[in-house]
Amino acid sequence: MNVILNGDHRELPDQATLQWLIEDLGLAGKRLAIEVNEEIVPRSQYGDYRLKDGDRVEVVHAIGGG
Amino acid sequence: MTDQSQIPLPEDKPLEFAGRVYQSRLLVGTGKYRDMTETGDAIKASGAEIVTVAVRRTNLGQNPDEPNLLDVVSPKDYTILPNTAGCFTAKDAVRTCKLARELLDGHNLVKLEVLGEEKTLYPNMTETLVAAEQLISDGFQVMVYCSDDPLLAKRLEEMGCIAIMPLGAPIGSGLGIQNRYNIRLIVENANVPVLVDAGVGTASDATIAMELGCDGVLMNTAIASARDPVRMARAMKLAIESGREAYLSGRMAKKAYASASSPIDGTFF
Repeated sequence: MNVILNGDHRELPDQATLQWLIEDLGLAGKRLAIEVNEEIVPRSQYGDYRLKDGDRVEVVHAIGGG
Repeated sequence: MTDQSQIPLPEDKPLEFAGRVYQSRLLVGTGKYRDMTETGDAIKASGAEIVTVAVRRTNLGQNPDEPNLLDVVSPKDYTILPNTAGCFTAKDAVRTCKLARELLDGHNLVKLEVLGEEKTLYPNMTETLVAAEQLISDGFQVMVYCSDDPLLAKRLEEMGCIAIMPLGAPIGSGLGIQNRYNIRLIVENANVPVLVDAGVGTASDATIAMELGCDGVLMNTAIASARDPVRMARAMKLAIESGREAYLSGRMAKKAYASASSPIDGTFF
């Protein structure tokens, strides 16, 4: 399936969970937040949350700002 | 002429946000530093207890071991104040705040800023009002960046914003406080903390804000873009403390002519 991850197309295995995705990205355990189709997904749900074809996923973190 | 001794001195109320009292009245941003080390050193030198951060897409596929801002500026040591910088609509600002709350484990203190246009980064107040209302009803504690309009400032307070943060001058301009009269009016009318947010260029600007009776000042570029940011951070700490002390002291009245400091009596010439 294909999702849009931080604005770019990305091919993922069918049934991939958010937990699978962040492990695949090397981001497991990092302080981040995830939104799918403009809805927050709480960290506690990453393991159960299965992505669907066409989902728009945003992975964000804190950076310097004023 | 008003007899100044009849005017009560300002009350030295502690600075409090969301039930927590802060000793430092300087709030600092974390943008524009050369690297994480300089960020950490400058913030430490500033004595700030509240620091702002931005929320942005994680760089994917790049070095995942690069230092994370929240490792240098840890939520254990500082109150993290996520901002909505870069948002030009209420919708984007609300989304950003929700992501920030998730990022910070439910911490719901945010700095709302909705910008109007690129050139001045002046706040879009109609969108700011819409966003503030949604955020407050969703349980956020909103510190709001706003124009220096006294009526809008009061409106934001009445809506439930916990701090009113008018700009002194455009973000990153370093022009200093351009409308002292309006800042003063906002301070006089407010029952929540008022902080000048944006426009400070050097220490005297921060002191002026505090002498006007502001409860604090939020700045980023004035420190980060100084040639020696760590030293400027220290200067700002002192400037804020000086301005606060001067405000609480009740300054002398201005006079048109001289008034000798040394007595005339007892002169021998």
